[in-house]
Amino acid sequence: MTSDRPAGAGDRRRLALITVVTVALVTLPLVGSSYLVSVATLALYLAYVGQAWNVMMGFAGQLSLGHSLYVGLGAYVAAGIFVHFGVGPWAGLWLAVAICSAVGAFIGLLAFRLRISGVQLSLLTVAFAELARIGFDHLDWFGGPGGLFLRVGDRNHIDLLGFRGPPAMYYYAMLALAAGALGVCALLLRRRPGYYWRAIREDEVAAQALGIDTFRWKMLAVVLSSAMTAIAGVFFAFYNNSLFPEQIFGFGRSIEIILGPVIGGLGTLFGPIVGAVALVLLGDGTTEILAKAGVDLPGARQVVHGLVLLLVTIYLPNGLWPPLARALGFQPRRL
Amino acid sequence: MPLLEVEEVSKAFRGLRAVAGASFSVEGQSITALIGPNGAGKTTLFNLVAGVYRPDRGDIRLRGRSIAGLPAHRVCAAGVGRTFQLVKPFAGLSVLDNAIVGALNGERTVSGARARAVAVLERLGLSGKAEVAASHLTLADRRRLEVARALATRPSLLLLDEMMAGLRPTEIDELVGVLRNVQREEGVTILLTEHVMRAVMALADQIVVLHHGEVIARGEPAAIVRNPAVLDCYLGEDATAGEPGA
Ligand SMILES: Nc1ncnc2c1ncn2[C@@H]1O[C@H](COP(=O)(O)OP(=O)(O)OP(=O)(O)O)[C@@H](O)[C@H]1O
Ligand SMILES: [Mg+2]
Repeated sequence: MTSDRPAGAGDRRRLALITVVTVALVTLPLVGSSYLVSVATLALYLAYVGQAWNVMMGFAGQLSLGHSLYVGLGAYVAAGIFVHFGVGPWAGLWLAVAICSAVGAFIGLLAFRLRISGVQLSLLTVAFAELARIGFDHLDWFGGPGGLFLRVGDRNHIDLLGFRGPPAMYYYAMLALAAGALGVCALLLRRRPGYYWRAIREDEVAAQALGIDTFRWKMLAVVLSSAMTAIAGVFFAFYNNSLFPEQIFGFGRSIEIILGPVIGGLGTLFGPIVGAVALVLLGDGTTEILAKAGVDLPGARQVVHGLVLLLVTIYLPNGLWPPLARALGFQPRRL
Repeated sequence: MPLLEVEEVSKAFRGLRAVAGASFSVEGQSITALIGPNGAGKTTLFNLVAGVYRPDRGDIRLRGRSIAGLPAHRVCAAGVGRTFQLVKPFAGLSVLDNAIVGALNGERTVSGARARAVAVLERLGLSGKAEVAASHLTLADRRRLEVARALATRPSLLLLDEMMAGLRPTEIDELVGVLRNVQREEGVTILLTEHVMRAVMALADQIVVLHHGEVIARGEPAAIVRNPAVLDCYLGEDATAGEPGA
């Protein structure tokens, strides 16, 4: 166990690494270009939603391929009451979280009471996301297929209450969310929920025999995951300022959410973060290089993402993080 | 009052009567062996006690309280731990984490559960492998882990389903010693199924014989191995030597 070992060179190296990463993340908007800030915001966003999805699949072993549902619902709920009633994002956040939790609970109830799991469960989640996509196309109150647009505020003035301000503000908000999600997940994993979720993931029948009410704990994973994802939706609405059902509920969006944790390392704490950074770096790096070379290849990013997924699946089935952790001197803890 | 009472319990699978009106009881602080040919209904009976299935008929009582039809996690909470004939380790977790999951049943904190898990692994002789992934264990150690995990829940009744199948004779002898120790030191009552008669004779205070889902004999081991009905359907000529039906 880690706590028994005396602090050595490895500990110092780890502390140094953590310090460097923290300083780099905090100072990035001060020294980086606006392009870098927007790319970093995207990476943090993907790290955050990946972390949220990982709670359900990576920890509890319940596969959702429809997490765009919660991003979209969260975004539309907060944006809708903002556009129509002038209700700000902080109040909208609570409503979005409440509604997404309720929808997550409903889907969980349906699936787990009917003993649906695995591929069937993932198809059920896809079906609900598709249902939402089609439904919002017909909801005029939310702008229908033509989209819902939020009034863009003053970009040079920081308005925390209205969540309006320069790109750096959004970057820091996403940084705080990603860090917070990491902290919450780290805590949960070390406590009863972490042990119970992983037991359920590994063998549900054995988990029941050890006194675990698996229904209850699976429900907790789904509700927590959907609530966390809802927050990303609210962020997206006020960051992007325009919402289209096709775009936000699309199946591609759900895939984008799971790509980070899958590439980074399913069920690990840092996998979603490492995966998101790798995807954004490689994806945007390639498009940048291609653009500099004067080549315009639409879809180049998706191709790169596909290639990365292919290579990781073949050569690093546990994801990028476990080998990286070992290389950096972190304990390759099994989660 | 006996610790466990099984009363006229029946369970059919699409017309196939797996357990047919079985009755027996298990006294506290004892080891009872449930034996019988393949397909006699032993595992089904375990699953009925452990809450995997609800009996079609009959009642199952633990310390006089009915547990028939309770879901598996509530049966565990009531004090029944069980192992699986086909072992079900949490393969991706360490041996210690496997045991901690079980220990959390009776402990309020993770640190309390960790202490209980460490003690149980010690008892089962798995201390040296605490940090190993469960998927890396040998079959004999996986069986031990099954017992450790169940024991960690602090059961009053432990159901062990064919711990010895596929093990080498030396491994069997070791496990017999460990189980006897577990029963004595932990004060737990054991109900086990087993085809390896050497292990049954070494462990059991009482034997219950199941055939076609019915209890055809019950009593002390010495009497059971001479019972003509049992010899006829299961044990055959050389009762204590072979491994019939395996
Ligand atoms: N889930 C099930 N569905 C249908 N039939 C089943 C099921 N479980 C058991 N059976 C049948 O019930 C009968 C009893 O099986 P059981 O596994 O209880 O026997 P057993 O005494 O444990 O045998 P063994 O010594 O081989 O482990 C068998 O005929 C088996 O095929
Ligand atoms: Mg059996």
